[in-house]
Amino acid sequence: MESAVKVERVFKNFQSGKTQIEALKDISFEVGRGELFGLIGPDGAGKTTLFRILTTLMIANKGNAWVDDLEVVNDYKEIRKRVGYMPGRFSLYQDLTVEENLSFFATLFGTTLEENYELVKDIYVQIEPFKKRRAGALSGGMKQKLALSCALIHRPSVLFLDEPTTGVDAVSRQEFWELLRKLQLQGITIIVSTPYMDEASLCDRVALMQDGRIMDIDTPKGITQKFSKPLWAVGAADMYSLMNDLRSDERVDTCYPFGQYHHITFAEVNQEIQGIEKSLVDKGHTNLSIQKIEPTIEDCFMELMNQ
Amino acid sequence: MRVLRILLEKEFRQIFRNPAILRLIFIMPVIQLLVLPLAADYEVKDINIAVVDQDHSSYSRQLTNKISASKYFNLVEYTNSYDEAIRGVEKDEADVVLQIPASFEKDLVKEDKAQLFMALNAINGVKANLGGVYLRSIINDFNGEVRLEWLQLPRFNPQPMIQISSINWFNPLLNYQFFMVPGILVILVTMVGSFLAALNIVKEKEIGTIEQINVTPIRKHQFILGKLIPFWVLGLVVLSIGLLLARVFYGIIPEGSLFTIYIFALVYLLSVLGLGLLISTYTETQQQAMLISFFIIMIFILLGGLYTSIDSMPYWAQIFTKFNPVTYFIEVMRMVVLKGSSLYDIRYHLLIVTGFGIILNGWAVINYKKRS
Repeated sequence: MESAVKVERVFKNFQSGKTQIEALKDISFEVGRGELFGLIGPDGAGKTTLFRILTTLMIANKGNAWVDDLEVVNDYKEIRKRVGYMPGRFSLYQDLTVEENLSFFATLFGTTLEENYELVKDIYVQIEPFKKRRAGALSGGMKQKLALSCALIHRPSVLFLDEPTTGVDAVSRQEFWELLRKLQLQGITIIVSTPYMDEASLCDRVALMQDGRIMDIDTPKGITQKFSKPLWAVGAADMYSLMNDLRSDERVDTCYPFGQYHHITFAEVNQEIQGIEKSLVDKGHTNLSIQKIEPTIEDCFMELMNQ
Repeated sequence: MRVLRILLEKEFRQIFRNPAILRLIFIMPVIQLLVLPLAADYEVKDINIAVVDQDHSSYSRQLTNKISASKYFNLVEYTNSYDEAIRGVEKDEADVVLQIPASFEKDLVKEDKAQLFMALNAINGVKANLGGVYLRSIINDFNGEVRLEWLQLPRFNPQPMIQISSINWFNPLLNYQFFMVPGILVILVTMVGSFLAALNIVKEKEIGTIEQINVTPIRKHQFILGKLIPFWVLGLVVLSIGLLLARVFYGIIPEGSLFTIYIFALVYLLSVLGLGLLISTYTETQQQAMLISFFIIMIFILLGGLYTSIDSMPYWAQIFTKFNPVTYFIEVMRMVVLKGSSLYDIRYHLLIVTGFGIILNGWAVINYKKRS
């Protein structure tokens, strides 16, 4: 088997009071060795639950999953030696120093920092100046780097990162993704979840998740290519009334606000843009700008959600 | 072994970096042991008495003098109106009212018997009860004196007299502190063991660090031992501090050997830690763990024989105390400290507490899961 992670028809329910919450509904996918795989979806899509099942912290109600060709329920002991997991919430000891945290987790895995220094070197050099500082006193970006170092300390073959960039500033986020790329070169399979659609394009392949289901799995390019309709970005001085006008126009199929523009598609594929533009001018919109754009992952996500 | 060592190292580091825990461990025992035994005193002194003297005779005055001369009573009111005295009770100025009726002396002399009336403020039951007993014994004494004054001593005592004299074994002066200090020490050790252990594990759950631990290949027993041993050690440290304080401040030197106390404490702590561990497996947050341990320990302490004698509890409560580890340690402490009991004398206690330890820890280990 050439896949590092394989998930087959996994279901997971939670009991919340008297109601059943279906956190995962029929999830299946495969991740190849050395791949950088992204799980993209909003909060509550089921990303963390999926991670917890794959890292043997939770047992699925139905279905099977393998990590490194090991079954997650029966071979959990072996899996724990081989995977690295960085939970979404910072889960290291805040009252231990950077150095102590690292050597603690290294020892638990039966290794030392020196042994796998090559692997964590790029990250560790950035936090080394603060190695005597308690983890709780680090900045958000530094905490993430420390957590990543701890998850890597035993040279895992598969690395699970649950929303590693949530709450991290733009520069640190970019740095973080560069680090992931370097790790990938070392042959580590990386599965990363994120609610940020713009990060999807940095993965080799992504799975778009919503409400416990996987809506689509493909390369970022493949996903955007599937977007069937021409997409236009419309901007005007009064964006709010512009959206209302666009949404009430029956020639317009969808209209979502995206930063400083609204992205719209038409009900008819051959709809002329001039007709729309004219009616917007008639309604008194000024500074109107309309241009045809390439769809992003987020546009695709919105489209998939509506299906 | 390496894993266990790093776990212990980490645990002790965290404990010594937490000023709140350090304060709890070193200052709490000092304060509790120095303040509690002095404050929680059963001996009732300073009972406020109001005497309603409607007789104003020499006998009534003699009786009043005798009462106020006793160290147990403070004469707060001397009046001839019963209503006034009762008002004193209502205002909580008087605990006991003694009414001497107008014909007291006359009846006593003429009819050879007289009546007195005693009213007790039973809001504080213990005080009322003991106050009544003391007063009765003073009056009896007075009665005897009066009769002695009158009687031409006959050649033989007309009534056979039985005099009782008693001796208090193991605590000859009935020093209340000798009785309380060992018991309070037990409570301290119990609290360190159960509260701190439960809170410590639940804290890992609450902060999420347990998640990171659970994905490592660490074994269940390693994790649990890593949690138990530090608090085991801390419990013994608290016990040692307590024994030292008892010696320095109260002059309590155990009759029995320290070795016996420590052997029992080792086993006892294990069962208390098991309780803490068990609580932690059933709770998700420190608040829950705190409230549950508080509830359980409260019951253990109140029904542990420290403040109320187990022999005077109702039967069902006595049965309950058999399942209360605190009871056994308090008993053992008193036996060893006051009576000088040896390991052989406390063998059953030791056996039962070992049983508790096995059951509680076993239950906790079974219930502790690395995954959900």
